[in-house]
Amino acid sequence: MKQKTLFIVAAVVLLLAFLGGALAYKGEKRDQSAQLADLNREALVRMHSPTLGKADAPVAIVEFLDPACETCRAFYPRVKEMMAANPDQIRLVLRYAPFHEGSDKLVAVLEAARKQGKFWPVLEALLTAQADWAPNHTAQTDLVWKHLEGLGLDLAKMQADMNSPEIASVIAQDIEDARTLNVTKTPEFFVNGKPLPSFGYEQLKALVDEALLSAQR
Amino acid sequence: MTVMELPARTRNESTAWMLVFGAWLIASVSTLGALFFGEVMHLPPCVLCWYQRIFMFPLALILPMGLFPFDRKVVRYALPLAVLGGLFAAFHLLLLAGVIPENVQPCTQGVPCSETVIEWFGFVTIPLLSAAAFSIITALLIATHLRGSK
Repeated sequence: MKQKTLFIVAAVVLLLAFLGGALAYKGEKRDQSAQLADLNREALVRMHSPTLGKADAPVAIVEFLDPACETCRAFYPRVKEMMAANPDQIRLVLRYAPFHEGSDKLVAVLEAARKQGKFWPVLEALLTAQADWAPNHTAQTDLVWKHLEGLGLDLAKMQADMNSPEIASVIAQDIEDARTLNVTKTPEFFVNGKPLPSFGYEQLKALVDEALLSAQR
Repeated sequence: MTVMELPARTRNESTAWMLVFGAWLIASVSTLGALFFGEVMHLPPCVLCWYQRIFMFPLALILPMGLFPFDRKVVRYALPLAVLGGLFAAFHLLLLAGVIPENVQPCTQGVPCSETVIEWFGFVTIPLLSAAAFSIITALLIATHLRGSK
């Protein structure tokens, strides 16, 4: 009987130590990333970043996005929903975190479309057709073009623009900022400079709601 | 009836129980530690780490089965796991120390086993912890076996 008690106590202590350690570690990481975002505010939004919504909206969502990332694709309409539910209150700033193989080329496609004023429709077309041009998590630019027909784009000009040094420097800057902010997964969100406490749609919504509330006060 | 003095046999038995219990404690701490590195800190395990996990994780489950009720035969089942895991840990240590040259190591993709991910106090690395755990478990199990044959 005593042996059993000893065993059970030891097992419970071990499990509690593990859980406590995990919670403490996560809490520390969270504080660290909040501090990191606070210290590197200028790395959060750049002049060149594509933006949706009113410039003076009180709530700014900065999203690090990879066009080939499935979770980014899943989050996109939900972020749009949040914006539609709170008109003029939310501004979305997109940053690139092309972590998938070939994604940097896709970002160049987006930036080239932006030169023709078609950034958002092209982003949406790309996300919709993602499964088609990113088989096995590898972005393939060749497979992209047929999904961009009918958007009124000058595809030849886009292909030329894709290789411009200007676009390359935008991508390089975003990758550098992602590194500075310790963004290692996509999508990564910052709401008014605050990172998500943990990943998930509910967490994002809570953070946005909180920011909306404090903006109204 | 009062218990005056436990018979020698029973005392021997409860010492053996404590030895197996100690081995289980170490195996459990190692298992939870490995899970902490992998699942909480998100450090990807290298190939050799995986082999050591293969031998450590079952120890955390098999050893308690020999505790209730106490069955010293558990040594027969647990000792091979501890020894084999220990050999992998030793190989890993030699690789880290550079005794075994880089091109012999089995991991060419993913996380290289020769990379030091964690270093506490300047010398405590994950393979060292693993080697220590497997050695202590092996020693405890051998001690259990010797107690029984007396």
